Amino acid sequence: MSHPVLQVVGLRKSFTANRRTVHALNGVSLTLGQSETLGIVGESGSGKSTLGRIAVGLDTPSAGELHIEGERVDTLSSPERREKLRQCQMIFQDPYSSLNPRLTVGRQIGEGLFARGESDWRAIRLTVADLLDRVGLKREFASRYPHEFSGGQRQRIAIARALAPNPQIVVADEPVSALDVTIQAQILDLLADLKKDGNLSYLFISHDMAVVARLCDRIAVMHRGRLVECGPARAVIENPQHPYTRSLLDAVPRFGRRRTGQKPVPVRFPQHEDGDTFLTVSEGHTVLQAGL
Amino acid sequence: MSVPYLSVQDLSVSFPTRSDHFRAIDGISFDLARGEILALVGESGSGKSMTSLSIMKLLPAAARMSGRIQVDGQDIAALDRRQMEDVRGAKIGMIFQEPMTSLNPVLTIARQMTEGMVRHNGLSRREALATACTWLEDVGISEPTRVLAQYPHQLSGGMRQRIMIAAALALRPGILIADEPTTALDVTVQSQVLDLLVDLKARSGSGILLITHDIGVVAETADRVAVMRGGRILEVGTVDQVLRAPQHEYTQALLASHLTVEKGLKQRQAELEGARP
Repeated sequence: MSHPVLQVVGLRKSFTANRRTVHALNGVSLTLGQSETLGIVGESGSGKSTLGRIAVGLDTPSAGELHIEGERVDTLSSPERREKLRQCQMIFQDPYSSLNPRLTVGRQIGEGLFARGESDWRAIRLTVADLLDRVGLKREFASRYPHEFSGGQRQRIAIARALAPNPQIVVADEPVSALDVTIQAQILDLLADLKKDGNLSYLFISHDMAVVARLCDRIAVMHRGRLVECGPARAVIENPQHPYTRSLLDAVPRFGRRRTGQKPVPVRFPQHEDGDTFLTVSEGHTVLQAGL
Repeated sequence: MSVPYLSVQDLSVSFPTRSDHFRAIDGISFDLARGEILALVGESGSGKSMTSLSIMKLLPAAARMSGRIQVDGQDIAALDRRQMEDVRGAKIGMIFQEPMTSLNPVLTIARQMTEGMVRHNGLSRREALATACTWLEDVGISEPTRVLAQYPHQLSGGMRQRIMIAAALALRPGILIADEPTTALDVTVQSQVLDLLVDLKARSGSGILLITHDIGVVAETADRVAVMRGGRILEVGTVDQVLRAPQHEYTQALLASHLTVEKGLKQRQAELEGARP
């Protein structure tokens, strides 16, 4: 694998609400290589979004390390950290709430460039127009407001905004799950295209196995705040090892299968402990083993 | 086939706009029998949710409706508000996409589940509570008495959706309208809820109008499917007919853009091979 652009080691995060502590992440370690697309799958509450938010600096870990391009960032002073985290940009699920309704499209895409230190708005406008071009929108759209666009177009705008500071890493948290299927396909094609000429890496968070299969080189499966299986996309999908991965794949609706209404046999997932270790199944394909 | 429990004939719904009017539904007709699952499939804006609101007579005040909707042999246009309240719940049950917003946050589950039974089925509160308990068990909730005392915010999304289904089915409606019942749920929970719908259809004999955008869900659960776009039904038939041999161009496009895990892997592979010099 190419050298890692993003690496997390033993990442933990707990939240306290109503005097109860919730452990969102229980020691997650993984690596994202340059020009790689790593899919993070799991259901709601598995910790996948928390992981993404920590990677772009929207959350801070309770424990563990975050490295960007080989440099540890969680111990840096906050201005230095902010500078480094500019390498990581994010695309959110809902393009209706992630764009500012009161700023023109050009302004919100341009802000990322301005923050990076570009102060000539004439130059910024030019770059913005190029970015709109890259995501398949008209250059003139820069002067319009988000409400004038459809869901798919807005997601393109959000992608342009993420790309503006020229990041190494883009974290996409369910970027297509709010869109119609035909639009989904277009946005997935766009994300794949944008990666072709460059060193862009994606951390692609999704609950949708089909979408992950379409886009990702490797898949990391998360369950209850732990990484339970990780490996090349095809290996994980065609030869799933962890009971949770299997149940996740089995639950995907498919043609040629009919539901009979019979209650399925409930699957018991192993209770993992902190000391559990990974077993290597094949090259790059590992699965978390429950301790004996 | 028996006499359809629900019959929709030449239904149109339009909304006035500043200069003209906008047709949300443009002359659709279909039947639904008891014990049958009919899927309405289409993308956003196709008119599928508007169809269910028309059947429930819950359209916004500005909407103009024409055509005929018959439920259990009764033309619902002829019913006044009070009579319609008896149709809703008792004859047509409905479950919505978002189980958080469709349950009342300030009432306990017990209160919300028994309200309809007391009103429509003439049960006493105690009988209604007992029935609610058995229905919760039927939808796979292991501690029904504890859940009955709780409020919606104390329960997970999957639990809330099961409660919605239990509450709707406890009234033994002739048909159940399920508007994207699993869209907000995790795939594993979605799978359980779909199994539940199929099982309950078989046992209670209710007909189900399943509104969805997911063709995979249609393939696994529905008996018949109607494809909607721009307020019209473009194609209707058994699931086998429509999914195996789609006749309309749009149905073909919809099937082509439906992404499966296998298709995803293949597309990615092709892309990687194309990228190599």
